[in-house]
Amino acid sequence: MTPSRHRRAGMIRSYTVSGGDASATRAGLDAATLLLADPARPLAGLAAHPRRVMDLCLPGALSVSEVAAHLELPGAIVKVIVAGLVDSGHLAPRAPFVPAASPYSTDFLMKVLKALEKL
Amino acid sequence: MPATARPVKVLVLGPFAVGKTTFVRTVSEIRPLSTEERMTQAGQLVDDLRDLQGKDTTTVAMDFGRLTLSPEIVLYLFGAPGQPRFHGMVRSLMEGALGGLVLVDTRRIDDSFDAMNLLEEAQLPHVVAVNHFDGSPRYRDAELRDSLSLDDQPLVSLDARRAGSAKHGLIALVQHILDHHRRLEHAR
Repeated sequence: MTPSRHRRAGMIRSYTVSGGDASATRAGLDAATLLLADPARPLAGLAAHPRRVMDLCLPGALSVSEVAAHLELPGAIVKVIVAGLVDSGHLAPRAPFVPAASPYSTDFLMKVLKALEKL
Repeated sequence: MPATARPVKVLVLGPFAVGKTTFVRTVSEIRPLSTEERMTQAGQLVDDLRDLQGKDTTTVAMDFGRLTLSPEIVLYLFGAPGQPRFHGMVRSLMEGALGGLVLVDTRRIDDSFDAMNLLEEAQLPHVVAVNHFDGSPRYRDAELRDSLSLDDQPLVSLDARRAGSAKHGLIALVQHILDHHRRLEHAR
């Protein structure tokens, strides 16, 4: 093994972090899904990792991948934690834009194109 | 990031050492959350390093970059590892993606077929982009299109190290998806 440049999350098993759950309670959480935290929800009573997810998401929207990178946890584990927070109303997910699924896709794509050209 | 933003997901694919990490790093506004690590002796047995002097790190999970285009659009770039052993991960990354950019190195053109096949299988629109390396052979577009068996997909040429140039790849991709949509609407 190559020595890591990062601090490792420690010798904690993934199922401890996810509270014993092996799979997310909701499907459709994508690596690019944006998470919006509800500031009105109480943080008391949350376990350490869900609490850290909330701390990361409260200042503004953050994607599942970014949360995983900040926590240095695998994406699949983060999805389990996030799904729990969505169920309890702490987080609202916003799925990535898929052109086929939206009737206004041409408008939206034009906006993306214009914004890219302006950069 | 604005709370009203809608994420848009774009994949950057291509063979080992074609410049995916560089591309994501160039375009991203955040320090890319890269998982590049020094290659170990074990990896050298599997990863073909011929003609790739100076390559001593490789992406072990994925590169991830963000580009806020407007208060309502945030572009997410995912550079997935090129080695075939990561295909399962690439397939799951492709879900919900807008499209993909396949990077090509003219010294190893056929190495990019793998990534193109993955995108075609998933029926995701994609653009092929030649990433120019110093000292790599230059070919005419017609020759490249022929050897890459491209029909109507756009072929662009870029330098992944330069922001202005890398951006062209993304513009070509969005343009391609728009054209595709217009054709569909026309046919309706």
